[in-house]
Amino acid sequence: MKNCYKWFIPMSAMLVVGFALLHSAPQVIAANDGTITGSVKLSGTAPHMRGIDMSKDPYCVKAHEGNPAKMENVVTGSGGGLENVVLYISEGMSGNEAVPSEEPTFDQKGCMYTPHVLAVDVNQKFKVTTSDQTAHNIHPMPAPGGGNIGWNKSQPPGSPPIITSWKAEEVAIPVKCNIHPWMHGWHVVVKGPYATTDSSGNYTIKNVPPGSYTVTAWQEEYGKQTQKVTVAAGKPATADFTFKAK
Amino acid sequence: MTSRFSKWLLLIGAAVFALSVSVSAQVTAYQEEQEMGMESHIGNLTGHATKGAPLYKRFCIGCHGVIGDGEGENAQWIDPKPRNFTLGIFKCRSTPSGTLPLDEDLFDTIGRGIVNSNMPRWYPLTPQDKADLIAYVKHFSPRWTKEKSGTPIQIPPEPAVTADRVKAGREIFKKVECWKCHGVTGRANGPSAETLTDDQGRPIRPFNFHDGTRFKCGSTDRDLYRIFMTGLDGTPMPSFADNLKPDEAWDLVMYLRSLQPMNTPEKAIAKQLGLKPVNPNESGTQSESK
Repeated sequence: MKNCYKWFIPMSAMLVVGFALLHSAPQVIAANDGTITGSVKLSGTAPHMRGIDMSKDPYCVKAHEGNPAKMENVVTGSGGGLENVVLYISEGMSGNEAVPSEEPTFDQKGCMYTPHVLAVDVNQKFKVTTSDQTAHNIHPMPAPGGGNIGWNKSQPPGSPPIITSWKAEEVAIPVKCNIHPWMHGWHVVVKGPYATTDSSGNYTIKNVPPGSYTVTAWQEEYGKQTQKVTVAAGKPATADFTFKAK
Repeated sequence: MTSRFSKWLLLIGAAVFALSVSVSAQVTAYQEEQEMGMESHIGNLTGHATKGAPLYKRFCIGCHGVIGDGEGENAQWIDPKPRNFTLGIFKCRSTPSGTLPLDEDLFDTIGRGIVNSNMPRWYPLTPQDKADLIAYVKHFSPRWTKEKSGTPIQIPPEPAVTADRVKAGREIFKKVECWKCHGVTGRANGPSAETLTDDQGRPIRPFNFHDGTRFKCGSTDRDLYRIFMTGLDGTPMPSFADNLKPDEAWDLVMYLRSLQPMNTPEKAIAKQLGLKPVNPNESGTQSESK
């Protein structure tokens, strides 16, 4: 019986430590669960987005029957919300964050890019797919000397996805299709958490640990804006941006 | 007393000046040495940038420019424009799209020139000259110190020409939509031909298969195969390596041979079969030859 008592204290100590570990584990994840949220708006009159003449490729014309395609350089939603703005943390992250494992898709659909702006982390894999029954060539053109190397690949109908990634930060890489000269999109390569605004101009950057950061908003026509943001544990920080129409 | 003092001052001044000159000379010499240490390796030839420099000044500088940016004195009169070596992007490679070419690829380009452009075949240059020039051309772009050349694509032996292959090649031509730029008859008049631009946004024409026997990057069947598997970087011509199996690529080579102006066995077959240009509006992949 005495033997039992001898083991009681170490055993109970181990149990206490074990339970404590179990409880603390979710808290460690929760610490990273801060968010930065907000909206991006356009003040002034949104510029006219001209219609796209796709008559050179009857397939593309047919894809937009009854709903003519327009340029997508500036897309605004309800209340002047600005779509396709990429928000990322330009200062304050440790730089050791894990690269997201999800593979976003950059689709060629109706002879347009969906999404028009694709944000990815450095080395994050993404898919280039085609939903079209017409051939495209996908031709990203990074700036020379920046660490990313351009390429040019064909994607005829039914092509398998191209799975690839970018090696270096670059805001932003223009992507074009030479066959359909109106097709123009962007790959925005950033380090750390990022978000892209939805059709109402809202965004949420997830997985931000508590701390002080500089958030940068990038829009293809209006360039960059930055704001200082402090994220406290368990409380979403807010950062709203307004771009002025030229 | 004053003259002695001023003498000393002069001496010290001269010494300081000499020192600063020698230091700055050392700095530039060091950088120069790093860049000029570039080598090229072609077979058992080794090229040196230092030896290529005077050759470049004699033969290349007029178009490709003092700093290799393709803005030489003659560049304004030339279209297509001379290559900008500072970008490290080359049309004629044996390596996949987006990778650096092999030294051998650049060696071949200097030797054969580029058809339909102002780049001539450099007959007067010895193989050693070309190797030295390549080393010098490489010293213009930092890509050559940061990256390795790509892995050359494999080209399997060419199969025998058959009627089936020429016919199949025609279907490939239609399926991967070569005609969008090159036109249904290969006359560079496809619907997208006139809006094509190169990576610098300058207008560029697709290749016209009726123009002659030479292609941009060679004139053999293997060269043609290589062109569509590697793409021509810096131009709208993409790589089809992910879309064509080796057999299909050979079929396409054979069909393209039937479009050329010279008499080829493929052309005879196409004539015998009565092959007509592809019709993009017709759905399906049935032959329209009847």
